[in-house]
Amino acid sequence: MAGHFEATPGGGAAVALDEVEIAILRSLAVQLLELIGPGDEPAEGADPLAALFAEGPSEPPTDPALARLFPEAYGDEDSELRAASAEFRRFTENDLRARKRTDALAVVRTLDALTVAGDGSAVLELTGDECRNWLGALNDLRLTIGTRLEVSDQDEGESGSSLYRLPDSDPRKPMVMAYLWLGALQETLVETLMP
Amino acid sequence: MGWVSVAPTEIERPESAEESAVVPEPDVPWVTLVHNDPVNLMSYVTYVFQAYFGYPKDKAHKLMLDVHQKGRAVVSSGSREEMERDVQAMHGYGLWATLTQDRN
Repeated sequence: MAGHFEATPGGGAAVALDEVEIAILRSLAVQLLELIGPGDEPAEGADPLAALFAEGPSEPPTDPALARLFPEAYGDEDSELRAASAEFRRFTENDLRARKRTDALAVVRTLDALTVAGDGSAVLELTGDECRNWLGALNDLRLTIGTRLEVSDQDEGESGSSLYRLPDSDPRKPMVMAYLWLGALQETLVETLMP
Repeated sequence: MGWVSVAPTEIERPESAEESAVVPEPDVPWVTLVHNDPVNLMSYVTYVFQAYFGYPKDKAHKLMLDVHQKGRAVVSSGSREEMERDVQAMHGYGLWATLTQDRN
């Protein structure tokens, strides 16, 4: 089970992780939370009803990774489409951010609940709902890291670009390794959820 | 990794009957498009089409291949409101989706 998810009875999934893997996953999930930003919960003393009617932003994020997580719904080819995208974003982006926060928080919470054995290993057991949280967070992490690394279709296959064959001295190497590892985790988690 | 990480295990069969399901009717001229991107896993995209739209595995797999090979595919059609809902859901799953008025 090391390194890949397996289905468990009742619609959940489990994966064996070691201390280093747990620390990396937790750190990445926290970084994702920081990237997505705070939720729109009302500040202390503020009117809680106000948050219900709060409008989201109308401009797409300037950060490329955030722009990929929160794309333009009508495209951006002309001013009419950009206006429709802005309108859509105003009414949906807060909900979308909340969903992505929920997913990433579930990753942190389930990792923090792990009991680590003497040898540093632990078995992460997820319910069906937690599996879907993890699936969303793993995908958001891969989108974020993939955007940062500028992964492209040309990186695919044997004749792909050099991104997957970087020398150990390349500063991007650890992030590429994390990207590939997250992909393997997501791949096996998807398999357990296939209807 | 990315789109080619997993070879399809099932054999594709022509699904001419199901093609008609994504052809919009004259009075419902909006469609949801999912666009190709180099990060999302083929298996994950297929899973999303099955889990959200309730499409059978064969149809979900074919739509995924259309997205990958043709750059984009129409995954649903209906009223503007329905397509906004679908696009929002696709963004929730992390797929790159847009809605547009079908002018064919």
